[in-house]
Amino acid sequence: MDNLIAVIFTTTFGYAVLRVTTPILFAALGALISDKAGVINIALEGMMLTAALVGVIISAYTGSALLGLIAAITAGTLMGLILAYFSLNLKTNIILAGIAMNLMASGGTIFVLFLAANDKGMSSSLNSKVLPTVQIPIFNNIPVIGPIFSGHNILTYVSILAVIAVYILLYKTPLGLRIRAVGENDHAADSVGISVIKVRYIALALSGTLAGLGGAYMSMGYVSWFSTNMTAGRGFIAMAAEAMGMATPLGTFLTSLLFGFADALSNSLQSLRVPAEFVQMIPYVATILGLIIYATRNTSKINKARREQKA
Amino acid sequence: MRKEAFFEIIRTLVAILVALLLAFILVLSVSKEPWKALSSFLTGPLSTPRHFGNVVEMTIPLMFTSLAVCVMFQAKQFNLGTTGSFFIGAVAATIVAINIKLPIIIHPAAAILFGGIAGSLVGTIPAILKSRWNASELVSSLMLNYIMLFLGLFIINFYLRDVNAGAMVSYKLEQASLLPKLIPKTRIHFGLILALLMVAITYLFLYRTKWGYALRITGQNIKFAEYSGINTLAVILYSQIIGGFIAGIGGATELLGMYTRFQWQSLPGYGWDGVIVAILARNNPLYVPIAAFFLAYLRIGADIMSRMTDVQSEVVTVIQGIMIMLIAAERFLSVWRHRMIVKGAKQSISIEGESVNG
Repeated sequence: MDNLIAVIFTTTFGYAVLRVTTPILFAALGALISDKAGVINIALEGMMLTAALVGVIISAYTGSALLGLIAAITAGTLMGLILAYFSLNLKTNIILAGIAMNLMASGGTIFVLFLAANDKGMSSSLNSKVLPTVQIPIFNNIPVIGPIFSGHNILTYVSILAVIAVYILLYKTPLGLRIRAVGENDHAADSVGISVIKVRYIALALSGTLAGLGGAYMSMGYVSWFSTNMTAGRGFIAMAAEAMGMATPLGTFLTSLLFGFADALSNSLQSLRVPAEFVQMIPYVATILGLIIYATRNTSKINKARREQKA
Repeated sequence: MRKEAFFEIIRTLVAILVALLLAFILVLSVSKEPWKALSSFLTGPLSTPRHFGNVVEMTIPLMFTSLAVCVMFQAKQFNLGTTGSFFIGAVAATIVAINIKLPIIIHPAAAILFGGIAGSLVGTIPAILKSRWNASELVSSLMLNYIMLFLGLFIINFYLRDVNAGAMVSYKLEQASLLPKLIPKTRIHFGLILALLMVAITYLFLYRTKWGYALRITGQNIKFAEYSGINTLAVILYSQIIGGFIAGIGGATELLGMYTRFQWQSLPGYGWDGVIVAILARNNPLYVPIAAFFLAYLRIGADIMSRMTDVQSEVVTVIQGIMIMLIAAERFLSVWRHRMIVKGAKQSISIEGESVNG
């Protein structure tokens, strides 16, 4: 137990939490936008994975990390649009379409990786670029806070800015109002002249953009290579984080941090004498527990409202 | 009604053709020997009895997981925990197959039953969360898959691992617990009969029992089901428990039929494949064997192609993805369907009109 506390209360651990939260946070914000528009984007996992590979390949071939990032974001957005086309125009059940996209991404990335790097496991033969880390001036000299918050990959800061951006988009812009209206009641939104399909297209595209950022971070920040199925369920964890964050930007941010904490804990505990299998289980168990807590609160609220209605 | 069914078959076939065509274009554009690649892909599984045997062997687990998915999807429960149930079912069967000594026939039966129970427990958790607190079964079942993976690996690595084996594998399974092989020169095992039996049972359950009827009605329209007095909470529970049970049996059968030790270190993807097969079969158990055979054929064909030529077997995932997207797309070819319905309606109107006039 002393060991455990010694592990958690260090600045390196605090730094690690932010580091592993970043991809989950991006994807969770993606889940948030689509959820607000009333569409479930289960393809986040595949979008991240595809974007991670695209980022590596493009940055290796152009020699520019920025171009790699742009390509990764574009890939994510395009996949969002494809999902939108199938679910909104062709009326494919969006969960099935999402499953299909995830399956295609997990196999397709291996297929393309082999063509580009002649390897089915890792992209180490490609000379891909990494996005820069940022030292925050002045801030990084403050003890404790400096080592935790400074020196992260630029996308980690972007992810925190994205929380604010998503908040402003959803609650302070006309588009955000439309997105929420469509998610709340699409028939009502339709009756006042909002194009439901158009709004959902935009929401899914933005969702893909955010997943693309998360994917780019995975292969061009978190690590400097692509490996098969490297997202390891983060897209799904993000969906849970969003649900548990009560579908608000701040809540999503906090729950993403919680999962980041669990993830970082499982990384650092590997040095202690706990069976590795249990340690690796932590983020997933935390997700289920979080989901239960969220769901119980939600149902008790509904029950309370019902009781009050009766009284 | 007949015409609708006919239309669905045509639509499925067109979707498969489109997917295959795109895959062929992909092969043509990346391969230096495209014709060899295509022919080994399409005819490879038929080339030797062993290869054809591989197809049938793979059909067995696919049938189990897709039956599990059929039951849950018919109730509109998007529980994706089939993968976890399948895995933990195999782990549970390993425990029985190593630790207990029983006579033949009884031993595999006990192991498979225990696997089924373990699998159904995995199905129960998302079901309870959904029925009690309305928590999304989709997310909780996805998380459970990972938990089951690590739980299973813990059991195998800490209690059943054979340290002398060199690799991370369990002790040898008791000889009496293994399922007998059916056809010499292949590894086709008794699980095939079990799987076909399961197809029949699942079909009868869904279409010939009260529970199955309640399950299907709930899936089609949960509000209607509630108003007509069906206990939809119970349906949500038992559909996922049964689904988990079938998947668990599948995992146990696969282990006892194909292996002599437990040797998986990651989740075998049969749960996701089950979704593909179930969609191809329109969630109808009767079509599951055909759809499972078809997918297994594609997989083995792709494997043979990647061994013989420079095209990687993952090309098959592109085919799968496009197939699912197109088949699940209600609007795909809907213009044609619409025309057919209008024509039928006009015909019946004119017939009625004539009978009134005459």
